[in-house]
Amino acid sequence: MILGREVEKRYGRKRVLRGVDIAVAAGGFAVVTGPNGSGKTTLLRLLAGLAVPSRGDLTVEVDRSRIGYLAHEPLVYRELTASENLDLFGRLYRMPERRERIGMLLERFSLWDARNERVSTYSRGMLQRLALCRTLLHEPHLLVLDEPYSALDEDGAALLDRELEALVGVSTVVVATHDPGRLEPFASGGLALA
Amino acid sequence: MTYLSDVAALGRKDLRVELRGRDTLPAMLLFVLSALVVFHFAIPDDAGDTAAYGLLWVAIVFTALLGLARAWVPEQEHGVLEGLLLAPCDRSAIWLGKALATLAFLLASQAVALPAFVLFFEPLDMTALAGVLLADVGICAVGSLMSAMAAAGRARELLLPLLFLPLAIPLIVGGVGSAVSPDGERFLLFLLLYDAVFAVLSWASFEYVVTE
Repeated sequence: MILGREVEKRYGRKRVLRGVDIAVAAGGFAVVTGPNGSGKTTLLRLLAGLAVPSRGDLTVEVDRSRIGYLAHEPLVYRELTASENLDLFGRLYRMPERRERIGMLLERFSLWDARNERVSTYSRGMLQRLALCRTLLHEPHLLVLDEPYSALDEDGAALLDRELEALVGVSTVVVATHDPGRLEPFASGGLALA
Repeated sequence: MTYLSDVAALGRKDLRVELRGRDTLPAMLLFVLSALVVFHFAIPDDAGDTAAYGLLWVAIVFTALLGLARAWVPEQEHGVLEGLLLAPCDRSAIWLGKALATLAFLLASQAVALPAFVLFFEPLDMTALAGVLLADVGICAVGSLMSAMAAAGRARELLLPLLFLPLAIPLIVGGVGSAVSPDGERFLLFLLLYDAVFAVLSWASFEYVVTE
């Protein structure tokens, strides 16, 4: 599913990712750890197809339409409501039954009551829940999650635990985190960046 | 059909964002009206209609620049552009949706600006109006691409005029020519050709501007 050898990324003269090897089988669950500035976000952007390596080989055997990427930012429009944002992405992902799927995700992430409120009024935790809805909306085969627990309260974190548990063996998951202990029960492999 | 429905969804989203935020259109309206009022008092009565048409185009281009400077702001907030780039739609649909929404804002500002111009300065005949419409298409096609390019850089407020204004010169030549020349139709053809060439170039190159 994912195979990378000596993957390196430079921005100008600055090397932000140095010679990383990564291999994640289909249905695998990889946890990426490392201190700030070690290149975790850069590696995840490479896996999501938002950037290309400066050196090395990286193969991700998943169609773009089947990648779900959770970034540091929620990647949603502030002036639209949660429903409108998810509907837009549902259309762009050509989901035939998007209304049902959107309703189910909003319920599951406890955003149903706030579905018609503008995102600009959301708290940081609600934004993260919405970002997770957007990431899971199109039932991706590869999930690339950058610090998914950030800004989530205990309920939200427990909910995400359940979501990730349900994805084990079903989707390929790569998660960057500062708290690898939390993901230990699901992880099938790890990558520590220096 | 899928491509067009993507464009429609993206364009509709831009109109909705603007209706909610009211960040761009009110500023464009105020700017173009203020500019025309200033020009009205700044140029002498005997300056002639050629000068007035020239000033109309100064107002149109800088009003468009104001709208274009804000065109990709909603995508920059919360990093939405990356979310759009991940979607499986043709990436040129993102540009086309943005160009059409920007065109709608520009036309709305001109629905106020052109009657004001007629009131303060000179009448506009059908050729001049057609010139404005054709130039608007070119402005939005090229401007949406340049705006995306500038938004990717660090100093987008400085970069956008530097990228856009040189490319807008032929549009100003065509627009003023269609209003003042006795052979205005030739300038309309020139604008049509510009629109066709630059719309195709912008459509084809957008993906390379927003991706690595």
